[in-house]
Parts: sequence; structure tokens; C-alpha cells
Amino acid sequence: MNYVIVGNSVAAVGAVRAIRERDQEGNITVISRERHNVYGRPLISYLLGGLINEKRMAYLPNDFYAENRINLLLESEVVAVDTKAKKVKLAGGDVIPYDKLLLATGGDPFVPPIEGMSDKDRIFTFTTWEDAAKLKGIAPDINRAVVIGGGLIGLKAAEGLNLLDKSVTVVELADRVLSSAFDRPAGKIVARKMKANGIDVITEDTVVRIEGDGAEISGVTLKSGDFIPCDTVVVAIGVRPAATFLKGSNIEVNRGIVVDATMQTSNNDVYAAGDVTEAADFFSGQKNPMPIWPDAYIQGDIAGAAMAGEKKEYVGGLAMNSIEFFKVSTISMGVTNPKDPADYEIHTFQDIQNYQYRKVVLQNNRLVGAVLVGNVDRAGIFSGLIREKVDMTPFRESLLTPDFGFINLSKEIRNRLFAPQGKVTNK
Amino acid sequence: MKRIYTIEDACIGCHLCEVGCITEHSLSKDPVKAFLHEPERPISRCTVEELHGGIVSLSTTCRHCDEPDCLRACISGAIQKNAEGIVRIDTEQCVGCWSCVMACPYGAIQRNLKKKKANKCDLCPDRQSPACVDACPNRALVYREGSQK
Repeated sequence: MNYVIVGNSVAAVGAVRAIRERDQEGNITVISRERHNVYGRPLISYLLGGLINEKRMAYLPNDFYAENRINLLLESEVVAVDTKAKKVKLAGGDVIPYDKLLLATGGDPFVPPIEGMSDKDRIFTFTTWEDAAKLKGIAPDINRAVVIGGGLIGLKAAEGLNLLDKSVTVVELADRVLSSAFDRPAGKIVARKMKANGIDVITEDTVVRIEGDGAEISGVTLKSGDFIPCDTVVVAIGVRPAATFLKGSNIEVNRGIVVDATMQTSNNDVYAAGDVTEAADFFSGQKNPMPIWPDAYIQGDIAGAAMAGEKKEYVGGLAMNSIEFFKVSTISMGVTNPKDPADYEIHTFQDIQNYQYRKVVLQNNRLVGAVLVGNVDRAGIFSGLIREKVDMTPFRESLLTPDFGFINLSKEIRNRLFAPQGKVTNK
Repeated sequence: MKRIYTIEDACIGCHLCEVGCITEHSLSKDPVKAFLHEPERPISRCTVEELHGGIVSLSTTCRHCDEPDCLRACISGAIQKNAEGIVRIDTEQCVGCWSCVMACPYGAIQRNLKKKKANKCDLCPDRQSPACVDACPNRALVYREGSQK
């Protein structure tokens, strides 16, 4: 059996492990555009900011590839998939046959056309180790940077540059930062912390023109007419599933690669996992691209199992993020900012001065979302309650208490999780 | 594999499991030194929860899951499962992002804020039986072969 995996991040790792658990013999080929072994992609802001060194970027020990007998092709880009001949074509012209193919190419940064950008040198995106290395390489020459986009990637890039003592301005089109992952109070706390650390945050505005002579940037002009002087621009508007190479392949791509619950694409021998997919949402079952690290691993695991002959089912993606901004911890999960609040029951606690905030969102007596800022201890208990769809009717009063735990739930739940009954064997 | 299970009705809320855990993970492995004299007291990997002034109590700890949510959420690869099934954190590699805290449905990962490292049960690699289990005066914690669920 020839397993070919396109992509070399966390979904690929989940798939490799799942395949090797079931098939020790088959050939596994992993193909990556990048030049590094698998690395902790979210760590690029830590690397930029000097919080970790390059050695700690490695997500797994280097012997992972040898131990799992993987044929690793780095700096190789797949440009086409021929599902009839069951082959993938590389940019250099090489052709690699597969029996089972996994597409785990992740996302590409979305860069809209901005007037004046084409001839400028210092316009960066921020999604790869290479991106971080380039920024870090020119860091001594950066004085002022503008980050376009106040989402997770933009703010982490801003934080990294700020840690290098660069002056940074974040420009966000929405009326607040982190509008997709957080609600208003949580976004406000983060924005407040950023401003306190010297980062300018401009909302409800966007960059319409990048100014400067030749390759050099002198600043950006905003829609409002304001001019912000800078020498470097980071575009962090969002990521798109990296699926353009599938044009003409008969593999169904909507916004991402469409997959069923076993991560199978519209072609029987082709699977997809991670940020490149459009998998079902945990609550609605609707298919959406959801670039969430743990889900990429889980999807890779399910795809790998299916490729090796065992069907497992994806229960749907639950958005969750744990991000620290200037030492303020934030965790958000599930539905955090419902469009129609009347359909939900929402409880909040806030102490903005001390960077503390807690919010729980219930629907039909089930917990469907939570936001925690500051004290995020044991936040995973909430994710468990969401996934298990536990009826919270008797417990809802205790949800916002700072030391909320299993003791606030029923003895039946505690026993199911922790008691030996039904679990210990006589061995 | 062997796991730690909790018999809630036998728990007297004495917190000796936490004392045992802290002692075992200290430099001296001596409770008095660990609590009073060592520069950085470890954080307990088990958590005693109490309600109504201790009338209801139980000790909760890591299940060493078959498919660990903490491992899948870990962005640095610091959390790995070894051949025996034990899930451990490489504290050198941990960056303190708390993704594992977000993902663990058992609330079994602690934040060491001073060191900015996640902290979890390692099933006491230097012992025959985990320190929390040995410390329990009423056998409310048992260490036996068994499943996660």
C-alpha cells in the first residue's frame, strides 16, 4: 500500500500515527512545500519575539520520520492530482503514485490587492517559520511596522514585533480586535492590554494605499485619510484553504476541500484533513473551513485510520483557541458571540480593571460556548461539557464560580469520569 | 495500563494526596522541606474538590486518555504519550500557551504561572505506585489495571 500525504504539519502527524497503528508495512510518503521538519506552527510568534530559539520549533524529535519509515520530500510542491491515474505531480515534474492520498496542505495567507504594494520589498505575511525568519532577519532595520488585520495572527505578529521593541500599529476593519474568536468585552481587555504595552490599535479603518518610493515603504494611507508612517507591513487578514492545486482534479472543493465524516473527499481514495478542509461544524453540522490546531490533529487521525482501513467518525469541529497576549491568558470555545442572543442564555462575570472575564453561553440548557480571560484554569471542563452535551439545568448557577469543578456537577457524572466501577480489570 | 481511580465515598477531604504529590515532585522529596524551605514549591498534579465545607469531596487527576485531547491541542509537541500509554509533558519544550488546559475535559492540567509551564500527572516514574495513592489514608484512590472510560 502506498500512502501519500501532502502537507507536513499536525494533521499529517495525526495521520501518520493512525496509519502506523494499523499498518506497519505500507509505504508512507510525506510531501511538504516547506524546508523544515514538522514544527509548532503557532510558535512562530514566540520565535519572532525571541521567547524561544529555533531548536524549540521542532514539534517532534527528528527521528519521527525514520521511526515511522517515512519517505520525506521537503521543498516539494504538489501542483496537480490525477485521480484517474492515482498520481500526484510535483512542481519539478516528478510524478508520485498513490493508493491512498491525504491532502493536508493547510491554509495560505489571503493578501488582497492594495494600491502601491506590487513594487514594495517589505510586505510580509505571517503563517510560516520562513515568514517569521524573514521578519526576524530584517528586524534590526525595522523601526515602525503596520499590521493589517486584528485577528489572532495579526495580534500575535504585533506582539512579536513589540517584544523586539518595534513600534507597531494594528489596523482592523471591524469595530474591535479578535472579532471572530471573542466577544466585545474580551476583545476590549486584549486591546487595552496591547495599548498599555505601546501597540496602537486602530479599528473601523483599513489600509487603502501603501506609500513610498521604489521598493521602500514610507507609510500607509487609511480609508479615513489618515497616514501612518512605517517601513514594514504585515498582512494578516486571514487564511484560505490551500487547495488551488486541485483545479481540474475532480475533487470537490467549495471554500475548502469537502469531506465526509471519515475525512474522505469526493474521490474514494483521496482524503483531506486540517485547515484545507471544509468539515462539519460540531453544532450545526454545516461544512465550514475551521483552522483550529487540535481539530487538524483529530481530522488527521480519522483520515489516517480510514486510509488504513478503519472507519472512525468525526463528530464535528469545535472552534477553540488558547492565546496569551502580553501575559493575559485567554481561552475561547464554541459559540462565544451568538448573532441572535435571544436564542441563548448568557451569563457573564467581568472585572476589566484586573483583566478578568468569564462568559458562558447555553442553548436548550446545554453549554455551547465559553470565554475565559485571566483565570483560565480548568477551562477544559467546559469543553468536555460542550462535547458531551450535558444537561446543565441543575448546575447552571455554579458555572461562573471561579473554582467551578466536577464537585458542582452530579455524583453520577463524577463516577462516570473518575470511579473504578466498570473500568478496572482483575489483572 | 494501570490508572488512578477515585472512590468518592471514601474521600475524607484531607488533601494528603496533594501533599504526597507535591512532596514527590519536590527536590528533597521531604514534605516539610518541600513546603517550607524549597525556593519553588511544586504544584499538585491532583486536585481535591470540595463542596459544603468538605462534606462532599473527591480527588481528580489525569486519566492518561487513549486519545489525549491535551496531546492533540499541544502546539509545541511537549505533550507525548509513551509506549506504556503514559501521557507526560516535556517541561523544557512547553511554552505555557495553555492549549492543553483548554482541551482537557478532566480539568487535569494545572498552570504553573511562575514557571509558565503546564503541569500534569506523570504517574510518578520513580515509584511503584503513585504518591497520591500511597498517601491516601482511606484508600479513596486506587491504582489498578483498567480502562479510561
